[in-house]
Amino acid sequence: MTVDDSETAAGKPPIDYGFPQWLWRRLDQYPPPGYKRAVQWRSPLRGLWLTSLLGSVLLTTLPIVIITGLLSYIAYGPQFGQAIPGGVGWLKLPTFDWPTDPAWLYRLNQGLHVGLGLIIIPIVLAKLWSVIPRLFAWPPARSIAQVLERISLLMLVGGILFEIITGVLNIQYDYIFGFSFYTAHYYGAWVFIAGFLIHIAIKIPRMWAGLRSMSMREVLHTNRTNTKPEPFEPDGLVAEHPSAPTISRRGALALVGGGALFMAVITAGQTLGGFTRKAALLLPRGRTRGDGPNDFQVNRTAWAAGISPEMTGERWRLTLTGGPLKVVLDRPALLAMPQHTAQLPIACVEGWSTTETWTGVPLAALARLAGMPNPASAFVRSVERRGAFNFATLQGSQVLHPDSLLALQVNGVDLSPDHGFPARIIVPALPGVHNTKWVGSIDFRTA
Amino acid sequence: MRTALAGFRTVYGSHPLHLLTLIAGFALFGYVLTTIKPVTLWNPHTWWQSIIVWFAAAIIAHDLVLFPVYALLDRILLTTTREPGPSGGAAKVPVLNYVRVPALGAGLTLLVFLPGIIKQGAPTYVAATGQTQDPFLGRWLMFTAAMFAVSAACYGVRLLLAQRAKQPPR
Repeated sequence: MTVDDSETAAGKPPIDYGFPQWLWRRLDQYPPPGYKRAVQWRSPLRGLWLTSLLGSVLLTTLPIVIITGLLSYIAYGPQFGQAIPGGVGWLKLPTFDWPTDPAWLYRLNQGLHVGLGLIIIPIVLAKLWSVIPRLFAWPPARSIAQVLERISLLMLVGGILFEIITGVLNIQYDYIFGFSFYTAHYYGAWVFIAGFLIHIAIKIPRMWAGLRSMSMREVLHTNRTNTKPEPFEPDGLVAEHPSAPTISRRGALALVGGGALFMAVITAGQTLGGFTRKAALLLPRGRTRGDGPNDFQVNRTAWAAGISPEMTGERWRLTLTGGPLKVVLDRPALLAMPQHTAQLPIACVEGWSTTETWTGVPLAALARLAGMPNPASAFVRSVERRGAFNFATLQGSQVLHPDSLLALQVNGVDLSPDHGFPARIIVPALPGVHNTKWVGSIDFRTA
Repeated sequence: MRTALAGFRTVYGSHPLHLLTLIAGFALFGYVLTTIKPVTLWNPHTWWQSIIVWFAAAIIAHDLVLFPVYALLDRILLTTTREPGPSGGAAKVPVLNYVRVPALGAGLTLLVFLPGIIKQGAPTYVAATGQTQDPFLGRWLMFTAAMFAVSAACYGVRLLLAQRAKQPPR
C-alpha cells in the first residue's frame, strides 16, 4: 500500500509535510493577514479536467511553434555566422543547408511560427486563468520538491509570456524594449523550453488522469444550469465554495476556441495574402499599398536605408568577384543577358509574405560569368551603407537554383526604389531579409 | 530499497524522478544563462530596457496586474447584471455573457495590437513599411463597435424568443 492509496482511502487526507516539517507546518499555520478574506475562488469551471484539456492543446501546438522557431535560426545560415544571436553553443538544431525546394518552405515555417504563436494567445491566457488559484495558494509549499517545482514554473510562465510579448511587439515594429529582439526572443525561448520540458515530464500523468476524469461528449451535452463543479480536493484547482455557473463548460470552451479562431481570422491574411490579406485588419502587413506592379509589402524603404538616386542611377555598377578576373556590369549589360522569370514568395521572419513574379539574371549565370560556375557560397553586398542586413551570404545550392535571380524587374516592370532598384536578390525559400536589395557586388567563394 | 525510497519521499516530498527532472531542467537553464552571458541581461544605462526586467515584468504584468484587473471587472459586471428575480421575461436570458464576449474580444485585440492602436514605435514603423499607423485606432474602434453590436443583436433575438415562449399559445 502506497502513501497515495491511503490518502484517497481515508475521508480526510493527512497533511504531508516534507523535511523540515516544523518549517512547512509553521508556514501553513501563519497565512498573511487577511488572506482568507482576500483569496476566495468562485468559478465552478476550474478543475483538473479543464486545465488538462487546455494543457493538451498547448502540448500539441507549442512544439510546432518551438521547432519552427529553431528552424528559422538554421534558415538564417549559422554556418556563415549570420544567424542571430551568434555563439549559441549547443542551443540550436544541428546546422544543415537550408533547402531551396519547395519555394514556400520559409513562408510556411514562419507562417506557422508567428501565426500559431498568435492563435494560442487566448488559449495560454485561459490556461493561466485555470491554474491561477495555485499561484496564490497558502502555504506556497509543503516540501523542498514543491519549492523547486514552483521555481521551475517561473521559467514556464515567464518564458511563454516573454516570448509572446517580444514576438507581438516585433511584428508591429515596436522596439520599446530596447534590447536586441533576436537575442532576447531566442534565449527566452530556451528558458521556456527548459520550463516546458520540466512541466511536461512532471505533469503528463496528471494531465492524462484529468482528461479521463470527464467525458467530452457529456460536457458538450451539458447546459449552463446543469454544469456541476469537478469534485473538490484540497490543494487542487476546484474552488471550495464555488458559485453557481454563469457559463457552461461547453460555453467556456467555445469562448476560448472562438478566441483562437478569431485570432486566426484576423492574422492569417498577412501570410496567406491575396484577398485574405485585408482580413488582417490590425496588423501592419494586412494593409494594401495600391494595385500597381510594385505595390506589394515593403520591408525597409529606400529612404530609411539612405539610398539616393545617385547611388542607383547611371553610375551604378554590379561587381562580380571570386573568379580569375573581376567583372563589372552596368544595368543595360545585365538586361542584355538572358532573362529568367520565376514566381516566388518573399517571406519575412515576422510571418508575413507575398508572392510576386520576378524577372532577372539567374545567379548561376552570373557565377559562370565570374568564372566560378560551382561556388560553395556567395557573399552579396548592398550599396546601402548602414543597416544590419546590407549583406548576406548564400549557400552554393541557393546560388545555383535555376529560379535564384538577381531580379531587375517585378511583375513586368522595373523594381521600384523601395523594392531594391536597380537589382535585388530573390532566392526560393530564403528568409526575406537575405534577399538583399540595391545589390552592389557579389563575391563567389570556394568555402 | 523500498524504505530508502520512502525515506527520500519523506525528506524531499516527491519521487526521485521529480528531483532528477528538475535538476536537468535547471542545468539547462544554467547553460542558457552562461551562453547568453549575464551581462547581456542587464542594461546599465536604462534599467527598464533590460531583458531580465522584461522577463520578470511579463510575469508580474499578467499575474498581478492583468488577472486581478479582469477578474475585478468581471466581478463588477456580475454584480451589476444580476437579475432581480424570476419576475419579468429578462430573467430567463442573463445578459452577462453578451457583455463578456465582446468585451473579451475588444480587450484581446487591444492588448495584442496596442502598438499600432496607440502609434507606438512610429519611426521604425515608417522606416520598415513606408506607411503610418494612422488607421489602426479607427479599425479597432470599429471592431469593438461591431462586436458589441452583433452581441446586442443576438441578445435581442434571444429576448424575443424567450418572450414568445412565455406567452401562452392561443
